[in-house]
Amino acid sequence: MDDNFAATLTADDNLAKAFDVETIRKDFPILSQEVHGKPLVYLDNGASAQKPRQVIDAMSALFETSYANVHRGVHAMSQQATDAFEAGRDKTAQFLGAASSNEIVFTRGATEAINLVAATYGRSRLKAGDEVVISHMEHHSNIVPWQMLRDEKGIVLKVVPIDDDGNFMLDAYAELLGPKTKLVAVTHISNALGSVVPLKEVIHLAHERAIPVLVDGCQAVPHMKVDVRALDADFYVFSGHKLYGPTGIGVLYGKEDLLNSMPPYQGGGDMIASVTFEKTTYKKAPHRFEAGTPAIAEVVGLGAAIDYLDQLDLDAVAAYEAGLLAYATEKLSAIDGLKIQGTAKDKAAIVSFTMDCAHAHDIGTIVDYSGVAIRAGHHCAQPVMDRFGVSATARASFGLYNTRGEIDALVDALGTVRELFG
Amino acid sequence: MMEELRELYQEVILDHGKHPRNFRQPSNANREAHGHNPMCGDTLTVFLAVDEAGNIQDAAFQGRGCAISMASASMMTEILIGKTAAEAKTLFDGFTAMCTKDGSNMSGDSDIDPDAVERLQVLAGVREFPVRVKCATLAWHTMNTAFTNPEDGDNSITTE
Repeated sequence: MDDNFAATLTADDNLAKAFDVETIRKDFPILSQEVHGKPLVYLDNGASAQKPRQVIDAMSALFETSYANVHRGVHAMSQQATDAFEAGRDKTAQFLGAASSNEIVFTRGATEAINLVAATYGRSRLKAGDEVVISHMEHHSNIVPWQMLRDEKGIVLKVVPIDDDGNFMLDAYAELLGPKTKLVAVTHISNALGSVVPLKEVIHLAHERAIPVLVDGCQAVPHMKVDVRALDADFYVFSGHKLYGPTGIGVLYGKEDLLNSMPPYQGGGDMIASVTFEKTTYKKAPHRFEAGTPAIAEVVGLGAAIDYLDQLDLDAVAAYEAGLLAYATEKLSAIDGLKIQGTAKDKAAIVSFTMDCAHAHDIGTIVDYSGVAIRAGHHCAQPVMDRFGVSATARASFGLYNTRGEIDALVDALGTVRELFG
Repeated sequence: MMEELRELYQEVILDHGKHPRNFRQPSNANREAHGHNPMCGDTLTVFLAVDEAGNIQDAAFQGRGCAISMASASMMTEILIGKTAAEAKTLFDGFTAMCTKDGSNMSGDSDIDPDAVERLQVLAGVREFPVRVKCATLAWHTMNTAFTNPEDGDNSITTE
């Protein structure tokens, strides 16, 4: 860290200093790996985060000591597995500030959670001409399910613009809301740009018109404390694997009355109250939406990831990552010919950039040879790329185990890009 | 590290990547196809002017992507001009094999123009970078589609 930067440290950094990154790094076994003979510098957390030993061990322990199917057996193992599984639900509910564990539906990921809302709430409540409002910086997973519903039902998609810095345009959003708006579905933090959407205002404006709001929280929950009741979100979704938990598990939070008013998603076992060939009645939420054997070990792993973050304190994580973002922004901005794409006022620790001498893919391949893992491409957010007039960007997305030294490693590796392409 | 990277990014690739040849849309083009790599967003259109005897009178492309995909498209158009449709197909088979199979360097096929074979060797380095193979082969798959679906039908391909 250079002296000039040290002089710009703010009050938040005092909180960040209490955060011992070297101790944290020891919890993540993969961080001791080498890539091309260099220490791994993992800066692709926006795509998926690495897993602490605590998550790995919790999943192994379940399989070694307490595994059976859940909600079925009278035997001891089934009871233990059910307890571990439902403890994961309770932890998730507390983590999000939900009023009840019944508001937590487990899915395969955030993508399935959004598809679930489109297939149940969307298909049963929306009709031709009704409008769904999304933003210009949604991940494809919060665009395509609504387009599929549009093609099926004749609903209309309205898109909130973003400005040249990647800020969500609140005034334009307010103007899009009208009598035909039946749902707002927006990201909390843009995966491609890092922009934080002013959710409190977004939700307040929608609720003034009794419009429910779904929030894609994938990029938010690993970086900041989220309280769904303080936000008053109607639906909030995220994926376990971006939260230092396993893949194959996602969360749909929904207000309990809203969930119980929705038809089921998939049919099968565990979601029914009773079945005869004439008539089947369904359980209440969350089980109504969880047909079949769930991802038992993954829920236990997600619970362990939440425990891990709880003992660290997400406010401290957020302060530490804000320091990383400021440092990365300063260092990367100083590189000749490098342009940061997305300079919103309120940003999470994600830096998307382009270089005038090389395409994002070439940047990605070259820095990989220095052990630095970044994402290169459209980040499943092609409309964002189109908005900024680029086909792809390189993206460094930070997690709680990253260091300023790793940002220096990225900057050095980008020097190699200049050397080859400059 | 630099040696391995320079094996991939040889001077000729950097040159074609930065200054792509035949980057235009010929007015007499009668074959055209669009290629897209949805994984990365690389996109290009290949244009061919082919006479009744099957001779490629002109070959060009437009699009955007990484240095590898732009260089591969640029070199392909230079090589195709003056070849026949049959020769283009042989080159396509040889080039895609070279990019994906160890030990395949196109030289075993006596039907292939040795000059083209020699020039295309600079792209063989992608074999060591599996995720970049599609960058090198995108233009060739697109060209092949322009021949196999010449008039109507869907003239778009993706690498997935």
